[in-house]
Amino acid sequence: MKNRKLALAGLLGAGLLVAACGTSGSDSTAAAPGGQGFTPPKLDALAQLGQPEGQVNVLAWPGYAENGSNDPAVDWVTGFEKETGCKVNVKAFGTSDEAVSLMKTGQYDVISASGDASLRLIASGDVEPVNTALVPNYADVFDFLKNRPWNSVNNVAYGVPHGWGANLLTWRTDKVTPAPTSWSVMFDANSPYKGKISAYDSPIYIADAALYLQTHKPELGIKNPYALDDKQFQAAVELLKQQRPMVGEYWSDYLKESQALKSGDAVVGTAWQVTVNLTKSEGAPVESVLPSEGATGWSDTWMVSAKSPHKTCSYKWLNHIVSPKANAQVAEYFGESPSNPKACAETKEKAHCDTYHAGDAAYAAKIQYWTTPIAQCLDGRTDVKCKDYGEWTRAWTEIKG
Amino acid sequence: MTTTLESPRRKASAFLYRKPRLRLGLLLSAPALWLGLAYLGALAALFVTAFWHTDVFTGQVVTEWSLDNFAMLFSDAVYRTITFRTVGIAALVTVITAVLAFPMAFYMAKFASPRARRLLVIAVMTPLWASYLVKAYAWRSMLSGNGVLHWLLNPFGLDTPGYGVLATVITLSYLWLPYMILPIYAGLERLPNSLVDASGDLGARPFRTFRSVVLPVTFPAVVAGSIFTFSLSLGDYIAVKIVGGTSQMLGNVVYDNIGAANNLPFAATVATVPVVIMLAYLAAVRRTGALDNL
Repeated sequence: MKNRKLALAGLLGAGLLVAACGTSGSDSTAAAPGGQGFTPPKLDALAQLGQPEGQVNVLAWPGYAENGSNDPAVDWVTGFEKETGCKVNVKAFGTSDEAVSLMKTGQYDVISASGDASLRLIASGDVEPVNTALVPNYADVFDFLKNRPWNSVNNVAYGVPHGWGANLLTWRTDKVTPAPTSWSVMFDANSPYKGKISAYDSPIYIADAALYLQTHKPELGIKNPYALDDKQFQAAVELLKQQRPMVGEYWSDYLKESQALKSGDAVVGTAWQVTVNLTKSEGAPVESVLPSEGATGWSDTWMVSAKSPHKTCSYKWLNHIVSPKANAQVAEYFGESPSNPKACAETKEKAHCDTYHAGDAAYAAKIQYWTTPIAQCLDGRTDVKCKDYGEWTRAWTEIKG
Repeated sequence: MTTTLESPRRKASAFLYRKPRLRLGLLLSAPALWLGLAYLGALAALFVTAFWHTDVFTGQVVTEWSLDNFAMLFSDAVYRTITFRTVGIAALVTVITAVLAFPMAFYMAKFASPRARRLLVIAVMTPLWASYLVKAYAWRSMLSGNGVLHWLLNPFGLDTPGYGVLATVITLSYLWLPYMILPIYAGLERLPNSLVDASGDLGARPFRTFRSVVLPVTFPAVVAGSIFTFSLSLGDYIAVKIVGGTSQMLGNVVYDNIGAANNLPFAATVATVPVVIMLAYLAAVRRTGALDNL
């Protein structure tokens, strides 16, 4: 065990050396991500733009950087290339973990990171602070998305907020009455929808159980569903184990879930807004709600690699991707809420921003955005150790049995 | 004729003719390289990785020897459960495919006319030309609560099994059936008709002939087919993801540890389990002569 700690310290130390600085992190194991009490490697943001370097390597979620090769009608890259002279090379990733390991190669200039990846990137020194003054469209971005724990550290912005959405409580209106307003229909042992429940298939789903316990078992003292100490974690795992026999199916592919809802194999579950829209458009009577307990969700951030040799093009890309037009195109193509209010006037579907509650800060505040659970409690507690993502993954295997 | 007049090609072939060992070496170097580097090398790399671990903070693999992964694999009850479930599913799939395949192969090899036989072989192979995913998803909609099975069974007071272990067994049995039919068919084709006739002439009834003549002779072929169905089921994770409901198999644990947890070493540890099971299985069936039938 001691060797392992030493190795960890060595790796962290190497990371700090790369950053060429001597921060307070002499005890390097303390340098862990987290909004509070967390010292990232000292890196400087770009001071001013230079000449465009001719290209930018983009690491993106599928659907975030479309150049018309998938669908000629969907293209917000070609125009950018013509305008700035920066050729865009896109690499799509499938999971946040894949994104984190790809960023370590140093071959990518910008990345669209979800909250469960962004802190890891900041902590390991793979991404650097962003000088938001050099991103004119940043000023338009909704204030409630700026300087949040997953895209900033100590009020220093590490990227540009891009889009967000919630994992909603979704049900078949013809099979589930009355309309549910609480996650109880999915977690209560006496739920009448036993066997027809659809839950998200990922370790991060443990946070959904923790969020439920936050309201229903206040004595556990859960403040942040991503910062769970041993007792809180066990309670969430127990809840999910109790839920398991009631679950008809776990989903990770939203099309598979949509199909289950359509056929009636699932009548209640957690789903994305895009799933609800898709299922509705195919004629199935489904509705969704942000339940009384709140919900988990995602908020993505475009970040700049610390090793990028194409900084000017990177900043131009950041500015472009949150510009009203491009932001609207991505939000509509992907099915999420845009981060730029001006995007709402640019969407093809006029109701898009209403459907996705863009700009609804009260709505957004009820969402607990995905964040990587780490040993240092994200809610600021220092007297206990929290469960890290590795343990979440192991527990998830155990829950599914 | 002097050597200077010979073409280089002839010179080379003459040289190789005189050096049989070199000839053999050159012939085998490509497959040996493939087997040694790409195949066994990858397996060895897998096995070595299983002893490392991942740094939870940076997500990087730490190349430091430890048995922690194996300790977890054995101490955690859940991995035992998953292993037993996987082996159970694989065994059940093997038995079901063998039972379904034998009569089919028997008819093809012994009764069908040469023309019908060709058509049947093609019919057995046709599913192999369609995508695995399409077939698995087709089963997903057939097994659905309002799918074809529900519609067919409902009049008899039965219902579709829904998604779960049984659905996985059904889907995998469908997927691997051709891999069982073809070896058995090949085995039965080698069974001389005169043996069956002789058994009949000696007074054996059909069942007795089957039990004492046909089955012993074709058993190695059945085992050969079982190696395919068993090992393919053991490593599967897609079918169970599509029709398995909430259940998971060893493949899913491997997949989740790579995809979600970024924990390659533990994934490698779990991946050694089917390898070990298969080695044990192969050792057990070696004596039946099945390996000569592959």
